[in-house]
Amino acid sequence: MNAARSLIPDHLLAQAMPLDPGRHHVLHAAAAQAAHVEWLYWVIFWILFLVFILMIAAFVRAGAKARVEADRPLPILEKDEKADRQAGWGVGAALGITVITLFVILVVSVITGKRVEGLTSKNPVTIQITGHQWWWEVTYPNSEADQTVTTANEIHVPVGTPVVVLTNSNDVIHSFWAPNITGKRDLLPGYSSAFWFEIDKAGVYHGQCAEFCGLQHAHMGFSVIAQSVTDFQAWQQQQLKGAAEPSTSEAIRGREVFLTHACLMCHTIRGTDAGSRVGPDLTHVASRNMIAAETLPNTAGALAGWIVDPQRIKPGTQMSPNPLAPDDLQAVVAYLQSLH
Amino acid sequence: MRRVLQFVILLGAMMAVASCSREDRILRQPPSANDTLNTIQISGLNPGANLIPTPPSSNMYQESAYAVAEGQKLFEEYNCVGCHAHGGGGIGPPLMDRNWIYGSEPGNIFATIMQGRPNGMPSFRNRIPEYQAWELAAYVRSMAGLLPKGVSPNRPDQMNVKPSESSTPEQTPTGITGVPEQPK
Repeated sequence: MNAARSLIPDHLLAQAMPLDPGRHHVLHAAAAQAAHVEWLYWVIFWILFLVFILMIAAFVRAGAKARVEADRPLPILEKDEKADRQAGWGVGAALGITVITLFVILVVSVITGKRVEGLTSKNPVTIQITGHQWWWEVTYPNSEADQTVTTANEIHVPVGTPVVVLTNSNDVIHSFWAPNITGKRDLLPGYSSAFWFEIDKAGVYHGQCAEFCGLQHAHMGFSVIAQSVTDFQAWQQQQLKGAAEPSTSEAIRGREVFLTHACLMCHTIRGTDAGSRVGPDLTHVASRNMIAAETLPNTAGALAGWIVDPQRIKPGTQMSPNPLAPDDLQAVVAYLQSLH
Repeated sequence: MRRVLQFVILLGAMMAVASCSREDRILRQPPSANDTLNTIQISGLNPGANLIPTPPSSNMYQESAYAVAEGQKLFEEYNCVGCHAHGGGGIGPPLMDRNWIYGSEPGNIFATIMQGRPNGMPSFRNRIPEYQAWELAAYVRSMAGLLPKGVSPNRPDQMNVKPSESSTPEQTPTGITGVPEQPK
């Protein structure tokens, strides 16, 4: 695969696909699954490139041979048994080569599919990903309820460990697509399916919903944060804790505002009365890099803007506008920022 | 004869055009102001006329299938089903019959949601924005058959006597042997 790719200089690739190659790129595999897909891409690319060259060559040759001079009348074709037979063989051979080529492409596709699907490890990390309009619910299920981690939009995974992803959707069809990691997977409502991947390069990879799912489909991003096993376990232990107790008076007031306004109708903060599962779990919201499904950075200003008028940032989003008094808004933002 | 035919065709076309009003979907809902504060009643006794909140122009929620479907979704998400079931009632009164303890107008239902009622109905004022309360009121009315059939949503999936066609047995990844263990 890499030998095939190295024939094209990197800067040309970057021009063809201007997204940040390290974070969101089909041709920069960070996991074995994406490497298989990339291999398939290059095999088909070079086969079709060869076909293209041959087609152009045949076209040019035919054009050069059958040149007709303007003032001369078209020749009257006479029946020529020999030429007919030759042409018949030519068409037959081209047909045969086409069928063989398509068959080769079919075989490599099936081989790639098998490679991407197969998993032999008995000890994977299991993640349940549920699509919502327009965010991703991420749960690390465990038979012990209090050992289950729930977060949103940021998927932490250990490097070098198989990860099994169980999928489902809450409303419409979404599609999980992190091109550096594996191919697209549809999340279907009422239909639980599964796939797996194993990342071998630590880093933050970007993903995007790849099946049109409504107004804010384009603002339904997520990130996969691949980290060392120890970092992952530390993160998991941190996420298992209840919400941090607010320490400043402003944050304490913020919790009060959170629990007496619309916030608690949809969000969970474990350790408080807020326990609804409609919106993302906010127990450790300050530990995330982005909010609103990779739409805004997780800063005080962005949080405040999002709380007051999410419909301006993502029109049609399920979160309702919250016309809070300025003091209350500052307090809520301070409280949310204390939830590490 | 021909004139009559022309007239009939023209009339038919006019009627068809009139039925083609495009539904508006409101993307930026008006933020809840404090307008309803004055209309929230503490008791049945109040000076002057008996005020019930006036609903926004009726086609905004009552005649929008989208708004009623949103109401259906909220009915579940905000756990109205916890007491009212899917309209059949339980801890709270049933909503799909003809008996209305506090009135069947959208404004009555809005007030019931926002103010709460004795014997258990909590107040959702400050908890949910007004437009959602109007959506819920529209859905509640649809359960009792007070809305046109065209905007009323179907019964929720949970109430179907057989599982929906899209529900299938759970899939497991191919090649996995045994039950996945949790990382230590």
